[in-house]
Amino acid sequence: MFPRAAWERIMDAPASHDASASKIAFPRSAWERDTTINQETKMLKIENLHVSVGDKPILKGLNLEINAGEVHAIMGPNGAGKSTLSHVLSGKPGYNITEGKVTYMGEDLLDMDPEIRSREGVFLAFQYPVEIPGVSNIYLLKAALNSIRKHNGLDEVDAMDFLTMVKDKIKLLEMDEKFLYRAVNEGFSGGEKKRNEILQAAILEPKLCILDETDSGLDIDALKIVAEGVNSLRAAERSFLMITHYQRLLDYIKPDIVHVLADGQIVKSGGPELALELEAKGYQWVEGQAA
Amino acid sequence: MTAQFASQYSSEYENNVSLLPGQSLDWLKSLRTEAFESFSSTGFPSLREEEWRYTNVSAIEKKLFSPQAIADSATVDKDWLAEFILDDCLTVVLVNGQLSSELSSLEGLSEQVTVQSMAQALEQQPETVKKYLAQAVSNDEHSFVAFNTAWFTDGLFVHIPAKVILDKPIQLLHVVSQSECLSTTRHLLIADEMSEAKVIETFVGVDQAYLSAAVTEVFVGKNAELSLFKLQAEGDKAYHFGGTYVKQERDSRFKHHNFAFGGLLARNDIHTDLDVASECDLNGLSLGIKRQHIDNHTRINHLQPHAISRELYKGVFNQRARGVFQGLVFVAEDAQKTDSEMNNRNLLLSADAEVDTKPQLEIYADDVKCAHGVTVGQLDEKSIFYLQSRCVDEETARNMLTFAFANEMVDKVQLKSLHDILLKQLLKRFPQSGVDKDWL
Repeated sequence: MFPRAAWERIMDAPASHDASASKIAFPRSAWERDTTINQETKMLKIENLHVSVGDKPILKGLNLEINAGEVHAIMGPNGAGKSTLSHVLSGKPGYNITEGKVTYMGEDLLDMDPEIRSREGVFLAFQYPVEIPGVSNIYLLKAALNSIRKHNGLDEVDAMDFLTMVKDKIKLLEMDEKFLYRAVNEGFSGGEKKRNEILQAAILEPKLCILDETDSGLDIDALKIVAEGVNSLRAAERSFLMITHYQRLLDYIKPDIVHVLADGQIVKSGGPELALELEAKGYQWVEGQAA
Repeated sequence: MTAQFASQYSSEYENNVSLLPGQSLDWLKSLRTEAFESFSSTGFPSLREEEWRYTNVSAIEKKLFSPQAIADSATVDKDWLAEFILDDCLTVVLVNGQLSSELSSLEGLSEQVTVQSMAQALEQQPETVKKYLAQAVSNDEHSFVAFNTAWFTDGLFVHIPAKVILDKPIQLLHVVSQSECLSTTRHLLIADEMSEAKVIETFVGVDQAYLSAAVTEVFVGKNAELSLFKLQAEGDKAYHFGGTYVKQERDSRFKHHNFAFGGLLARNDIHTDLDVASECDLNGLSLGIKRQHIDNHTRINHLQPHAISRELYKGVFNQRARGVFQGLVFVAEDAQKTDSEMNNRNLLLSADAEVDTKPQLEIYADDVKCAHGVTVGQLDEKSIFYLQSRCVDEETARNMLTFAFANEMVDKVQLKSLHDILLKQLLKRFPQSGVDKDWL
């Protein structure tokens, strides 16, 4: 498939330019900021997206562009379409896409099955992680990782290497190793479920990480652990789309850009200060603007 | 029952009765005669009977199944049979309803324990057999029991004396090697006070029509513990009727694991009578594919106070398979402080698969804790999407969830050799492509 190969090509590009003594001077810093890549292929580009559930329109012409390495936050009142956006991006059935297009790494995202999206590096941290009785965490992690490796033409992960890697990451999220052998999310507390989602992200190393209300229902200690986990995943080649109702999350995970979603559209975008302004003025402020 | 059918079995019975074991024992002769008369008067159960309203056995009447007088071990494919022999158990093999000493091995059995064929037991210790035979179940329970009492050609007699802990489990392997065969076996398992034992009943056979009717009577003495496993993996066209009838004395524990995987039409009855502070744990897993019909009936009788019962039956049905579950928990007036939980969970994988389930509580005491629950459903779409969002393709996700659902019951079996066979049988019926077996 295209994206991984594309990445490798792009990441290798400066070296090959140097090797051929290219006349084009390529400042290293430009690469690190990904500006050159994204002129051709954005990480994610949503254009005029219209989505309905049944006959009811939820998203009404949403536009959004995310470059590699950027952290975007989408805030909005209940019912604005925040979760619909995360579901549509990850391929959950039950939504009618009536208009618009979504491009991920230059490819038509909406054309991919959900498992292809996840293998290509789109990861959704669920608002409500699902319990899977009878399937252990470790089993799911291994199945997922091997699916990605197979997708990329690699052999299955070595069992010992895998365990070492997982045990390393689990410490990061301050989870007990026993979690690995328990059924996925079964009997987990709210905070444990959210931590488990971030653990999965840490192991699967996605390119685009969508966090759907990851902060909802967490106390401050759990929020700090989850935020630390997310921050440790931040990288030049990895983007985040954080969907949240509360500004508090943004105190711990600093976004580059904040968008306000109201009535199915992005009505305002700005820097982190927008979140604070929004908190001070309330959602009525932007809802007024949308109307 | 048609008159023609009745007369067929009557003449068949007259031809064969002299070959049945225990002919010299008057009490047994009259027990068999009574049983045959009882069977002849009613025939096989009909849909009009409440206990049989979901299970139509009339197909059996279209055929005449005949018993065999000797164990013909030569007709058994040994390599195929080896797959079902548990290597960490003592194995007794019954071929077409007759004990085969050639295929059985009881080497290493403790001298304190008696394991012999029913025919042998009737010769050597008829009084002991008389004390137990037809005591846990009577002929009027239903006509298959009467049929079994009248016809049984052999079986196993196991007696574990007081305080003996059986170190190796005993496997009772039933094999049917011939088409149109009638295999009717009757077993007695007696675990005296404070003893402990594990017994595994395995049923296998050729992929042709035959009738297997097995009744096991179990007596668990005071503070004794008996674990009984049943793997029913009969041939695809087989008819299987199994009954396990248990009498538990005070403080005893009875654990049953019932794996109903095979046969075209299979019916199981499990009844247990609980004395003071005894416990029973009934587990079941039915797997139905193609046109299989799998029926499980359980009855837990809380007759005295402080007894505990736990029951979990699961079923997975695909294609046109049909499952039936009827579970009754009966709590007598004296059975105060009864603690009972019954659950039946079913997974339907196709639009044509069907389940009829009927849990029942009948309570006459006023200070008891009884719960029951039933579910019939399909795979959860949310779970499938969650797995897909974790890179697993849809088919593998469905396989994983189906497997996880059924495996809960297989996983309860600690006995490794049996666990391995169960897993193999499960995967044979519900192939799990994409599921990594090494990590299960």
